[in-house]
Amino acid sequence: MADNPTTPTPAAEMVNATINGIKVQVPKGTNLIEAGQRVGVFVPHYCYHKKLAISGNCRMCLVEVGGPMRGPDGKPVLNPDGTTKVTMAPRLSIGCNTQVTEGMVVVTNSPAVQQAQNSVMEFFLINHPLDCPICDQAGECKLQEYSVEFGKDASRFREEKVHKPKQVDLGLRVMLDDERCILCSRCIRFMRDVAKDDCLGFTNRGSHTTLTCWPGKKLAGNYSLNTVDLCPVGALTDKDFRFKMRVWFLKETKSICTSCATGCNIVIWSRENVVYRQTPRENDAVNECWMCDAGRHNYKHINAASRLKKAFVSGKETSYADALKQLAPKLKAALADRTSVAFVGSARATNEELYLFSMLAKGSVSDCVPRTWDGDSFLVNADRNPNSAGAKIFNVAAAPMGSKFAAIADGIKAGKIKTLVVHQEDVTRRGIGADLLAKLSLLLVVDFRPTETTKAAHFVLPGVTYAEKRGTFTNAKGRVQRVWPAVSLGGEERSDWEIFRDLLRETGQPDRFADIVALFADMAANVKPFAGLSLEKIGDGGVQLG
Amino acid sequence: MDPILIHLIKIVGVVGVLLFICAYIVLAERRICAFIQDRLGPNRVGIPIWIRKDGRAIQIGACWALGQPIIDALKAILKEDFVPGHVNKFYFWLGPMLVMAPALMVWAAIPFGSTLCGVPMIVADINVGILFVFAIASLGVYGIVLGGWASNSKYPFLGGVRSSAQLISYELCLGLSVIPLFMQVGSLRLTEVVRWQTEHLWLICYPWNWLPAIIYVASSFAETNRAPFDLPEAEQELAGGYNTEYSSMKFAMFFLAEYANMITASALLAVLFLGGWHLPFVPVSGGIAVGIAHICIFLAKVCALALVFIWVRWTVPRVRYDQLMGLGWKVFLPLALVSILIAGLAIVAGWSPS
Amino acid sequence: MRIERKPLTIWERLYLPAIISGMMLTFSHLFRKKVTLRYPEQKPEIPPGYRGQPVLVKDEDGRVKCVACQLCEFVCPPRAIRIKPMAYPDNAKYKKVEKTPDEFEIDMIRCIFCGYCEEVCPEQAIFLRGPYSVTGLSRKDMMFNKEKLLELGGTMPDPIKKWQKK
Ligand code: SF4
Ligand code: SF4
Ligand code: SF4
Ligand code: SF4
Ligand code: FES
Repeated sequence: MADNPTTPTPAAEMVNATINGIKVQVPKGTNLIEAGQRVGVFVPHYCYHKKLAISGNCRMCLVEVGGPMRGPDGKPVLNPDGTTKVTMAPRLSIGCNTQVTEGMVVVTNSPAVQQAQNSVMEFFLINHPLDCPICDQAGECKLQEYSVEFGKDASRFREEKVHKPKQVDLGLRVMLDDERCILCSRCIRFMRDVAKDDCLGFTNRGSHTTLTCWPGKKLAGNYSLNTVDLCPVGALTDKDFRFKMRVWFLKETKSICTSCATGCNIVIWSRENVVYRQTPRENDAVNECWMCDAGRHNYKHINAASRLKKAFVSGKETSYADALKQLAPKLKAALADRTSVAFVGSARATNEELYLFSMLAKGSVSDCVPRTWDGDSFLVNADRNPNSAGAKIFNVAAAPMGSKFAAIADGIKAGKIKTLVVHQEDVTRRGIGADLLAKLSLLLVVDFRPTETTKAAHFVLPGVTYAEKRGTFTNAKGRVQRVWPAVSLGGEERSDWEIFRDLLRETGQPDRFADIVALFADMAANVKPFAGLSLEKIGDGGVQLG
Repeated sequence: MDPILIHLIKIVGVVGVLLFICAYIVLAERRICAFIQDRLGPNRVGIPIWIRKDGRAIQIGACWALGQPIIDALKAILKEDFVPGHVNKFYFWLGPMLVMAPALMVWAAIPFGSTLCGVPMIVADINVGILFVFAIASLGVYGIVLGGWASNSKYPFLGGVRSSAQLISYELCLGLSVIPLFMQVGSLRLTEVVRWQTEHLWLICYPWNWLPAIIYVASSFAETNRAPFDLPEAEQELAGGYNTEYSSMKFAMFFLAEYANMITASALLAVLFLGGWHLPFVPVSGGIAVGIAHICIFLAKVCALALVFIWVRWTVPRVRYDQLMGLGWKVFLPLALVSILIAGLAIVAGWSPS
Repeated sequence: MRIERKPLTIWERLYLPAIISGMMLTFSHLFRKKVTLRYPEQKPEIPPGYRGQPVLVKDEDGRVKCVACQLCEFVCPPRAIRIKPMAYPDNAKYKKVEKTPDEFEIDMIRCIFCGYCEEVCPEQAIFLRGPYSVTGLSRKDMMFNKEKLLELGGTMPDPIKKWQKK
């Protein structure tokens, strides 16, 4: 996939056109909606979506189109002053399915176009229910937005509205309200063409056309919730988000999904430090406009009541500073003999955390937990760790990942390994059971939630989830992408990189990371693949490692 | 009886009655001001009056809220006595005392009755009575200036300065306006003034005394800082005036002194122009009953005049500072001088009986 | 506009007549009828349409008119309103309406009685109505929950009945 497909490759043939009097040059094959977008002319549209096949059924994008007038000899007719004479087509054309041709003249704001938009809106609304107060789409509804911009102020429809099924359960995660559907068929095209799971379609005719699942099918695939994003109105809603919160209260924070190694770009929607939903963010190099349902709903742990918000020493709650003070001499003593210490890192940690972790673990045995099961051919990667690539770059993971666990277990059993440092993993499920953990003289766990391992730990320091910190992840294809903090729980928990920095400082390493920017700069200077990078350069879209 | 004991009894009696009247004049002020504004005013702390209506007892009012002064005093005492950190503590304390003390002291020379059991109803019958009264009364301004200055804050300070300017200006008119009376009476002794009026007519009855009376009344409004001349405590301009920084009992002293001064001014007015304890058809001398009657007559006159003070306050708007000064220096002062001339003429012409 | 200021006549310049007539006027007021309301015993008559405190209303069938659209929560300038929406359970009488407030709290300490919530409500569910004496002994007392707001609000007939037509 090209980094930015909207930048025309020089080879593409360019055509010239005029949109609302503004000259524009676009590659051949560009449609009028996209061409208009380049010069800041907005053409309203419902059924068109740039990643989907064009169906041209909503008629919202009608514009006036014209071209050079041609005489009987096929040559352009000239005005007396020498310019080409333009003739406008007698009827309006849909912008989404009309491609720019040489010399084309497009008008999107003439009275004819405005009247057409007005009438189309009126048609959309004749059978539309007055559901906005209970409709989850309100606030991000294209029907609301266009009504204000292109519609009439009052309805002239006096007849009884057509009633269609409401609260239709389409599958595991999606709820349909047929009355609100404007029959744009985006959802149908997505499931058919992109998700390759042709399950939706229209039945009946005219005003009674109804969206439904094909008999015997359900909208249940792992990509079904993308139809909710696509639906320009509130016909398709996410059952998980349904009636939870109004979108206008939600704060949008850019982030990436950490549920697999693909690293889909997402937006975290939160209000007052509670995450309410996650939606895909467009990045053509990673996930285009989509994400899988599993990743989308994998946010519940962020605000779980069981989150660790305090440090624990031998199971007793205490302040972070106090725990650190008690831990420092013990850890320092333990690290004097590197062979007696083992480290379990996390391939779910950020690059910065892994970098610091690798500094802590230098000279000791360390490994990460592998998580590999079925992927699919679209987005979901078989590797469910979001940063396996980083764990390998920083040598926190063994090769192959997870191969050292048996050795660590044996080391503990033999009494050779007396200290274990664990980051965000539950090692009891990886062959190092509670009985072995009990033999350790020092078990330090950095985690954000309680596990069997934190229960056995002598020291627990409270870390955070991906939605609460800054940092970068390296995806399966070697692309470095950033996360930003969306929420904060307000306890004693802190970014894991800060915890590792404190541990390094307390065990006698120079204290040189004032903030994440300095840390990243240090990493870029010392770790080859990151050479020359900075957080700023990575930006919103990420950067492919060399 | 031991003359010292008699004097002590008289002093305690005078101060007690004075403070009592002060307390109730405050209540009267609040009630009258409310009535003038078509309100009810404080009516909760009194002997309640209940009526039965719809089978329920409903309190429709209380007997003049007679408990209010007690509650007010309690409140003033119980409030936090807050002394701001930036004040000059000694003078800050001295201010209210200096205001209160003269207000009580002037009563030493005011005759509040004829005689009772042969004892003259005056604490100290000094022969320069009126001079004593004016001299002591004018000390009050030191308290105000001190309070304003010691508060070490600009609004009280401005209030204090205004007050001193105002008091000094009107002191003059006040003094000049009473000279015609003593020219007619021929003595500065206040008992003598009253005696003269019992023998002749009240001084107000002679037309040449009308102008001095008007000047005297207006000037005493100014002297007591009462509306329409209450500029030292013009809330709108001075956030309260010289007493802004005061609270609790110290504030209450300023407040009480204002009313004490008002009563003193009323008493002097009664003594000088309205015949003191004298009332036609009441015998000038007699037994205990007559003595007590004289005291009552005097008190009635004082209270009536105090009510007029209140009535004026809730009628006339406050004058501007320049108007106040203009009135004092350019109108009252020349007029007072003129009235002295007229009185002199009246005496020379023999219209005045003496 | 220019107002002519006529010079005062001698009579007027004397001031005393004016002061005396003023005093006569204030004197006459001493005996006028008083306007004071003896509050806790006598209550003012609340006219219909009086804008007191915000309350929630039910329609004549007893349905809570609020559908938890949260517009009032959004518009409320001091953020006094807190709503937790929920879906009507499957067997509910008004399942058709789909959405209803689970919790609806107005912090009467914060409320400034501006009436924006009433204005913005698309369901005519929240009104500023009669109750005017909003008192409590603690902050908690002043958090009015859904039940309390509905009790204060009572019934407000719904002329449109849009949900019945669904
Ligand atoms: S789809 Fe849009 S217009 Fe229709 S009810 Fe929902 S928010 Fe309102
Ligand atoms: S459900 Fe939404 S996306 Fe699907 S056809 Fe209807 S309006 Fe379009
Ligand atoms: S009246 Fe105003 S302040 Fe009170 S709840 Fe309604 S919107 Fe908020
Ligand atoms: S605006 Fe009306 S319907 Fe919406 S939440 Fe508030 S009270 Fe309920
Ligand atoms: S967007 Fe062109 S017809 Fe729908």
